[in-house]
Amino acid sequence: MTVNIDGDNVTVTGNACIRGEKYGKDECICPMRTVTSIIRVDNREDTMVSVKTKTPVKKEDIFAVMEKIRGVTVSAPIKMGDVLIEDLFGSEIIATKSID
Amino acid sequence: MIYDIAIVGGGVTGAMLARELSRYELSVCVLEKESDVAMGASKANSGIVHGGFDPEPDTLKAELNVKGVKLLYEAADMLNVPYINNGSMVCAFGSEQEAAVEELYERGIVNGVDEMRLLSGDEAREIEPFLSEKITKVLLVPTAGIICPYELTVAALGNAMDNGVVLERDFEVAAIEKIDGVFNVTDSVGKVIKAKYLINSAGCYADKIAEMIDDKFYDIIARPGEYLLLDKAEGGRVSHTIFQVPSSEGKGILVSPTVDGNLLTGPTARVAESRDSKEITPEGVKTVINLASKSVPSVQFSRVITSFTGVRSSTKTGDFIIEESKKTAGFIHVSAIDSPGLSSCVAIAKYTVDILKNAGVTLTEKQNWDGCRADPHAFRKMSDEQKDAFIKRNPSYGKVVCRCETVSEGEIIDAIRRNPGARDVDGVKRRTRSGMGRCQGGFCMPYVMKLISQETGTPYEEITKKGKDSKLLIGRI
Amino acid sequence: MIKHDIVIIGGGPAGMAAAISAYKAGVTDIAIIERDAKLGGILNQCIHNGFGLHKLGQELTGPEYAEAYSREVEKLPIKVYYETMVTGFDKNRIVTAQNRGGILKIKAGAIVLAMGCRERSGGALNICGTRPAGIYSAGTAQKLINCMGYMVGRKVVLLGSGDIGLIMARRMSLEGAKVEAVCEIMPYSGGLTRNIVQCLDDYGIPLYLSHTVAEIHGKERVTGVTIAKVDDKRQVIEESKRYVECDTLLLSVGLIPENELTGSAGIEIDAITSGPRVDQNRQTEMDGVFACGNVLHVHDLVDYVSDEAEIAGTAAAEFVKNGRRDGAVFNTVAGEGVRYVLPQSISVGGTDDISLFMRVSKPYGKVRLTVKSGDEVLASAVKLKVAPGEMEKIVLKANKLNNLSGDITVALEELQ
Repeated sequence: MTVNIDGDNVTVTGNACIRGEKYGKDECICPMRTVTSIIRVDNREDTMVSVKTKTPVKKEDIFAVMEKIRGVTVSAPIKMGDVLIEDLFGSEIIATKSID
Repeated sequence: MIYDIAIVGGGVTGAMLARELSRYELSVCVLEKESDVAMGASKANSGIVHGGFDPEPDTLKAELNVKGVKLLYEAADMLNVPYINNGSMVCAFGSEQEAAVEELYERGIVNGVDEMRLLSGDEAREIEPFLSEKITKVLLVPTAGIICPYELTVAALGNAMDNGVVLERDFEVAAIEKIDGVFNVTDSVGKVIKAKYLINSAGCYADKIAEMIDDKFYDIIARPGEYLLLDKAEGGRVSHTIFQVPSSEGKGILVSPTVDGNLLTGPTARVAESRDSKEITPEGVKTVINLASKSVPSVQFSRVITSFTGVRSSTKTGDFIIEESKKTAGFIHVSAIDSPGLSSCVAIAKYTVDILKNAGVTLTEKQNWDGCRADPHAFRKMSDEQKDAFIKRNPSYGKVVCRCETVSEGEIIDAIRRNPGARDVDGVKRRTRSGMGRCQGGFCMPYVMKLISQETGTPYEEITKKGKDSKLLIGRI
Repeated sequence: MIKHDIVIIGGGPAGMAAAISAYKAGVTDIAIIERDAKLGGILNQCIHNGFGLHKLGQELTGPEYAEAYSREVEKLPIKVYYETMVTGFDKNRIVTAQNRGGILKIKAGAIVLAMGCRERSGGALNICGTRPAGIYSAGTAQKLINCMGYMVGRKVVLLGSGDIGLIMARRMSLEGAKVEAVCEIMPYSGGLTRNIVQCLDDYGIPLYLSHTVAEIHGKERVTGVTIAKVDDKRQVIEESKRYVECDTLLLSVGLIPENELTGSAGIEIDAITSGPRVDQNRQTEMDGVFACGNVLHVHDLVDYVSDEAEIAGTAAAEFVKNGRRDGAVFNTVAGEGVRYVLPQSISVGGTDDISLFMRVSKPYGKVRLTVKSGDEVLASAVKLKVAPGEMEKIVLKANKLNNLSGDITVALEELQ
């Protein structure tokens, strides 16, 4: 895959699917990343709930997002998709696993 | 309290002596510098029960090895430690070595080894088809065998503890003083154990211990040797233990099945920079592969599952040193126990008990001594019907923790609870084989940590691989 | 004895997809035997995203992909034996398993093997030096960190650039560890390009190709490793040796299908794939025993595992209903530049197109992959770039399979 940047005009060629075009553009202009991590479940023994940013965040915000994630614990029950931290660098943290 | 006897060193020598002493009305304590027993040469050696043809006649080694083989098999039966009386072969390549093999045969006869036979190369290859075509003569020693050295040590000390012996772990002897006829043994953090008699079976550190009572008349020369352990798929390559003609360096590189069905090759004989030099060197690995392939060319070294180094504790004189100190009464050296130390361990223990008796220890046999130990592997030997009934009474035996070796939660908990209880991940591994299979603990290790934590109350962060600072985790996220 | 029409060994992505597809194909008495307390297998510890694009049309994390399937399994009347370990099966399709309730004997109409794979251990590498604490396979570290919530180290060297290793390099960086180096003994990485960018480049982690860990240092805990460049015979170049201080060595040196059960049942294991040999229905040489997912060969993407499991699940259902129906059988053969082809055999006479999967033996630029039987070309495809880390697929049209003259060979030729 090749990305050509000519002023404001960004063109992607050689991508295998439509997602490739967006990924190629973003990667060159403003790389975005989904951050995934874990949060301790305080009312279950040895249990972590896996989490992610619901939408990708800017690459430079990754460590700030991690810092926020590290600061919290949550309580079960949790359903996959539950919002665990709201409004974070333009995204939010959601559970990627259900804990009964 | 003042113990009657303290034993420095929880290797196979100290453990077997502790068991032998536990027969009598005596208070006995074993001082071990590591967090588990069998952490030195008893953990990493060839696991061979030698026939007894090799030691020079009229040495302690010759006497105790030949006597020791039968005693060892008897003890192993009582302790439920698996062994296989598979016999060994010493192989000659060409006429010069044939003479050496014949000499070993003669020496074996002088030492009193039974049943030995000399075979031609072809006769040997009929029994062991994978032996090299270049082997021209073989000494067959049917009384030789294989046994797992650390399992023997754990069982012997466990049985001793069941009969009242105390084990002090993480007790690294730093000073010994004899005050009013009592040895005051102080460890590196200032803890003191007192005993009327003191046994020095400290393996590679025996001369250091002797020095503490100013009776260091020997130097221990630590000689590391590398081993390569192969997958069970190679376990059937040979059924006998295959030796080459021994040299001054040791008994040479062997190729042997193990009691667990793997194939063991090694050891090299290096000069050590330090006593606990357990590195594996590239040269060592090459030497093992080259020399083992010389005896059995078809060994598939792509099937190595792990490599390790054992350290022998030898001296210049070459014989065991088992005697009361000439300088300090009540201090007994049981030192320089290198090969055939494992084969001789029960004989050494009995010989040492005699020395203690002559030194004034009163030996009154206990009424209720029980020299037997329940089989820790009983579960895996059961039929499906027996297992089913057993699991219904003990559900934890139904939960498989280690997939490669099919080890259950119940067996792991037993290894943690039973004397001498496992305290770390390697301790569980040595006792149960959990983590010893093809994945080398990749899957079961986190669960083993959980069981150790649950049984001993140790937080996860404090659980170690092999005691001291070998912590596995650095903290909670 | 318990009876089930289909017994599936393993409740990871392969087992779940096989169960669902078998149910859809009309068999209702299905059991999954799972060693863990929940379904999903290794996906539960793969908390990173990148799963499901092909199969579910969205980019999910491992636990999400697992839960998408486990919810569907739970909706269906499929029996799941949790915390139950299969210890053997035989040609009469009697499965022996154990759990806290006792020993189970289950008579199965068909068996689907879906045990997955395990990591190659460090022991097999014979690395010189000491054996302290702090040496982990990447997957073990992943489990300790992601499922138990404990960090395994602060300064890390990674040996092997497989995807799990790359993912763990990022994961440990996110948790504050410093990944000093990733050493790959081959002159190319075994991981996906995207993972090299997003797991190493994003975090400034250097990847050293044609490098290995020559020695491990430290008595109780790892204190450092010696890394070194290797020559084209993968031998360490002495003068390139360099000490790197670290407290952890992570190993990501390959995955091996977990086929102890398969082997002890008497099914032959393919030396290249390390899995059983199968036909296009993923049926092994043993009647009514099917295999799918990483137990068969290691896949790059879980989506492909699910695809393959659907083939096996559907075929197992067909077997239960109608028994084995074979036409003439032709072997597939890996020709020039191809490491292996799966399935290993094709039984002709069906009406479905058949997908062949293959891995090339080393990275190439533009190539043509050609499938031939005798002189007849059955299919061919041009690929711009191929690498051993990425599985290739070629579809054989059903109508091309009517008059085969012999083995089906897949070979590669380089194009300018």
